[in-house]
Amino acid sequence: MEILKRASAGTMESSDAYVEIEPGNGSIDITLESVVLKQFGDDICHTIQEVLAEQGVTSANVRVIDRGALECVLRARVETAVTRGKGDA
Amino acid sequence: MSKLVNSVREAVALAGLKDGMTVSFHHHLRNGDFVLNMVMDEIAKQGIKDLTVNASSLFDVHAPLLNHIQNKVVTGLAADYISAGLGRAISQGILDKPVQFRTHGGRPKDIATGKTPIDVAFIAAPAADAMGNCSGKYGKSACGSLGYAYADAMYAKKVVVITDNLVAYPLQDWSISESYVDYVVQVEAIGDPKGIVSGTTQITRDPVGLIMASHAAKVIEASGLLKDGFSFQTGAGGASLAAAKFLKDIMLAKNIKGSFGLGGITGYMVDMLQAGCFQSLLDVQCFDLKAVESLRTDPRHQEISAMHYAAPGERSAVVDNLDVVILGATEIDTNFNVNVHTDSNGVIMGGSGGHSDTAAGAKLSMIIAPMFRARLPIVTNQVTCISTPGKDIDVLVTQGGIAVNPAKVELRQRLLEAGLPVVDIHELKEKTERITGVPRKLPHGERVVAEVIGRNGDLQDQIYSIR
Repeated sequence: MEILKRASAGTMESSDAYVEIEPGNGSIDITLESVVLKQFGDDICHTIQEVLAEQGVTSANVRVIDRGALECVLRARVETAVTRGKGDA
Repeated sequence: MSKLVNSVREAVALAGLKDGMTVSFHHHLRNGDFVLNMVMDEIAKQGIKDLTVNASSLFDVHAPLLNHIQNKVVTGLAADYISAGLGRAISQGILDKPVQFRTHGGRPKDIATGKTPIDVAFIAAPAADAMGNCSGKYGKSACGSLGYAYADAMYAKKVVVITDNLVAYPLQDWSISESYVDYVVQVEAIGDPKGIVSGTTQITRDPVGLIMASHAAKVIEASGLLKDGFSFQTGAGGASLAAAKFLKDIMLAKNIKGSFGLGGITGYMVDMLQAGCFQSLLDVQCFDLKAVESLRTDPRHQEISAMHYAAPGERSAVVDNLDVVILGATEIDTNFNVNVHTDSNGVIMGGSGGHSDTAAGAKLSMIIAPMFRARLPIVTNQVTCISTPGKDIDVLVTQGGIAVNPAKVELRQRLLEAGLPVVDIHELKEKTERITGVPRKLPHGERVVAEVIGRNGDLQDQIYSIR
């Protein structure tokens, strides 16, 4: 599934995450900022990659600013950004 | 006779301040305080070095202190609480000597016994006369109680009162008397009223906070302590205030006449006094204008010194007669040790204040905290810093259940009988981690940047630098 346009989801509120996605150059490139980077950085990257894979995204630049979102919140924000990037929403 | 001098500069010179001495400050003007920066800037201009600053608390407004530390004007710090702005720099290792953290009761005790002598104390006074009688109740910078400043005034070798409201002698209704004061300085402003009473004293609207607060009030109701003569302290955080509101409703419904409300006093405690929930308020610090107004006008609302409030090992202190205290935590471990000094990254962002004192004194000491904040669980295997030892903490109230210290068998039984959701603290930890995931434990740095001195005067824990 292809990301056709730049899109975003989420907010910068505490316990939320802000996700930006844009068309990539043939691979997945993730930039992550997080208030819990030291405690959960690997988990967060893994979650983002998992959602992208589930959505069939193989090429995208993804930027996530995480303010301590739970995994379910993060998944929802990434999924919504992908949906918007495909032009479906 | 007059003790009035022309400037802070003159007062510092007359007080004989020299390299290596200790100066002290109190924090009733909170994040609106001008006095500490005003004095330290003047001291720096005079080329005095190697000072220790002993402050009851330090706030972000005191950030210029970091320059004085870098320039070796200040080489030692002692405080009961240090807010995040300065705390971060300390955690990064800006000072060579570790900061000494004490409690609001431990600080005045160590000043009185001479363990931490003060050479020159600076008292920020919202009202004073030319002989140094002073009060926090009157004037444009009114802050209410001057409770933390009493020990400084009584035991420092020299005492300088700084005021922006010089009144004719004698000031009526003084708090600190002229008999302790050496010099008086008049300045344009000792603080910014907007920062003196901060915006923390709003009741929470967060549903999670309201659930916790409702649990907290029910725990107090079920504890057996809520009866005529009841005494109570709570913090100024949103959930603690909501708990006070729920408690008030229960007290009014059951017509319970309490004895006293204690501590840092907010408008909500004033409401409880006025509604007949308490006979008096004992006030070491006012958090909002309503508390200031009440202290000024209602004789049932009394100012107390930090010594009277909380000093350990004195003939007595009010905390020794406290029934219930509601306290916060950044972390609590499965042994009920509580951290309020650092965040979960190990960065200094607070301090005990009266936490350890009230927890030790109260018959029921309750921590109220959410299961997690920004994905970080509250319950850990081991807190980053032991601010208050677990033996003094009786119960943890979260939205996901109420954990009772295993030593408190009767309390646990009472809560179960009341139908409250009691959980084992280990179960609560696991329940939380199923939602958040298990956080990776952070390694700390090599250097000790702060020492936490317990109520008994011994070293209780050390805070390390951050990596």
